[in-house]
Amino acid sequence: MGKHQRPKLAVWKFASCDGCQLSLLDCEDELLVLAGEVEIAWFPEASRALGPPPYDLSLVEGSITTPEDVERIHEVRKHSKTLVTIGACATAGGIQALRNFRDVQEFISIVYARPDYIDTLATSTAIADHVPVDMELRGCPINKHQLLEVLSAFLNGRRPNIATHSVCVECKLRGAVCVMVAHGQPCLGPVTQAGCGAICPACDRGCYGCFGPQDTANTDSLGRAWLQAGKQPDELGRVFHTFNAAAEPFAGAGTKYGQDDQS
Amino acid sequence: MARTIKVDCLTRVEGAGALTIRFDGDSVRDVKLRIFEPPRFFEGLLRGRAREEAPDITARICGICPVAYQMSTCHAIEDGAGVRVEGRLRTLRRLLYCGEWISSHCLHMFMLHAPDFLGYPDAISMAQEHAELVRRGLRMKQVGNAILSTVGGREIHPVNVKIGGFYRAPAPAELKALLPELVWARDAALETVSDFARLDFPEFERDYEFVALRHPQEYPFCEGRIVSSKGLDIDVHDYENVFREEQVPHSTALHSVIRERGAYVCGPLARINLNFDRLRPVAREAAELAGFTVPCRNPFKSILARAVEVLQAIDEAIAIIESWAPPAQAAVEVPHSAATGYGCTEAPRGILYHRFAVDGDGLIQDATIVPPTSQNQKSIEIDLYDISERLARMPHEAAVLLAEQTVRNYDPCISCSTHFLKLEIER
Repeated sequence: MGKHQRPKLAVWKFASCDGCQLSLLDCEDELLVLAGEVEIAWFPEASRALGPPPYDLSLVEGSITTPEDVERIHEVRKHSKTLVTIGACATAGGIQALRNFRDVQEFISIVYARPDYIDTLATSTAIADHVPVDMELRGCPINKHQLLEVLSAFLNGRRPNIATHSVCVECKLRGAVCVMVAHGQPCLGPVTQAGCGAICPACDRGCYGCFGPQDTANTDSLGRAWLQAGKQPDELGRVFHTFNAAAEPFAGAGTKYGQDDQS
Repeated sequence: MARTIKVDCLTRVEGAGALTIRFDGDSVRDVKLRIFEPPRFFEGLLRGRAREEAPDITARICGICPVAYQMSTCHAIEDGAGVRVEGRLRTLRRLLYCGEWISSHCLHMFMLHAPDFLGYPDAISMAQEHAELVRRGLRMKQVGNAILSTVGGREIHPVNVKIGGFYRAPAPAELKALLPELVWARDAALETVSDFARLDFPEFERDYEFVALRHPQEYPFCEGRIVSSKGLDIDVHDYENVFREEQVPHSTALHSVIRERGAYVCGPLARINLNFDRLRPVAREAAELAGFTVPCRNPFKSILARAVEVLQAIDEAIAIIESWAPPAQAAVEVPHSAATGYGCTEAPRGILYHRFAVDGDGLIQDATIVPPTSQNQKSIEIDLYDISERLARMPHEAAVLLAEQTVRNYDPCISCSTHFLKLEIER
């Protein structure tokens, strides 16, 4: 039933931790059902059966950090009818985009005895900086329910229902106490896109921005509130410059408040 | 005749790598495990970050074993501050680590490694004829993930881990809700040990030096001395006096070696060989019943070691939850002081060493991280070298499969390593 012409799914990896593609394998209840609906044609982390292009849907994890990967992402795009980026690395360059604000040679020499062997770009960039992207799924890591929503929407030919409001709305929805108002704890929730389910406030800590900036993020206003709560500017700079450091307006806000990143 | 076994894209491993074995006739000329995982420079980008941010940042080294990074990071920073997290908070950390072992091991056993033994390209096609096995594996993996999300706040990159403990201690009712599935999973794990014991293991043994933590009473997670099967017995603080990372021309990665002795192995097989007497009774008895005896020097049997460790972790998780009472506070105070601290914990794939130097304001000055896969890399290559004589006599497709399986024995997590070089020598 429905086995004829199943759409072909491909999963690609660039610079990343593998956590976002693991989210697909973490869909324990749905994985075998999904495998009946799509042909998993290219997913090296899960299968040694690697099928040829073209692919109907490509999920792309990771950021672009090497000259080879600049070439490879164009190949992936060429072979993919629909391309969805999954996670903060693919949509914003990830934590490794911190190099964008520093001299990458300094990072290389800290880690490697022979820096001359390292073949890397000075920046870590999002997939959309290189090729057209049909949809971006946020998060460090992505939320597996959002991933299933994207796959289900794709299979049914509809637009995925992915909220673009802030984490604050999710806190209200789950009835979590506002850590900023009630406990004076700094929180990035007001400027961060929803999707995680407000898990940090639910653990009595402020949001640290895994899902990146919300559409209409007012980082200046939030920055003033943090400073009034007694936080230092350099601390605020670091918080903006973490897992979505290269995404505006976090990139600009981090540079504005940060002291180390001005060079 | 010159023959080459080449795997351009190593599959069912975490990260990007390739494998080339070159022969002259039947004798192996060259083994290369090439890594093309792009470097992400974690040790560089940690400099200048606040120590409180470190567990969230190091988690991102690996989506499969983020808890291991969080635990090694916390222990290193707490060590520098002269703080030991004891009592119920320590117990809660063990419970979180149980979740990661269950989840990570089940991923590897059922989805990445078992298809090699049963002859399928992946777990999904394996499910057509082994539906019960695959469904059991997915459900067991889910049990691990449920612990991670209940204690850690999220399965991948948990948000609840803090220097000194946790942001929030879960309520007894939240943990008790995990029990029914855990009790099911203990039976499922017993069955899995017995099922995997009947797999057809290739005959292969090597005189490895196994390295693992050893704790006076427990099967090791976060504490203990670093010991080996060849007499090593050191404090974690002495790690860098004994182990060295070296650069070799035929590999794209730094290799770890024991000074003067060379390659060693960490991970489930090393742990179980060195800590068999520390297993919980149910796990030890299941291993004995399945005919698993130590020392086991066959790396293909690592799948069995993982199965026993999953049983161990499930049984310990049940014991922790059954007697759980919440701690008075979710974290202990960790005073600021300029210091260097050391941490080593047992990641699913083996010992994960961290050294952090922090200044008086709590900013990280220097970080050194040695993940288990880079420690095992040299041994993987030696295994391939040793087995290649057999590969030379096999039909090509079977030889490629056995070579891949030899790599997958180690559950290599290529994304994990922060030390990847871009270096290629083609002859």
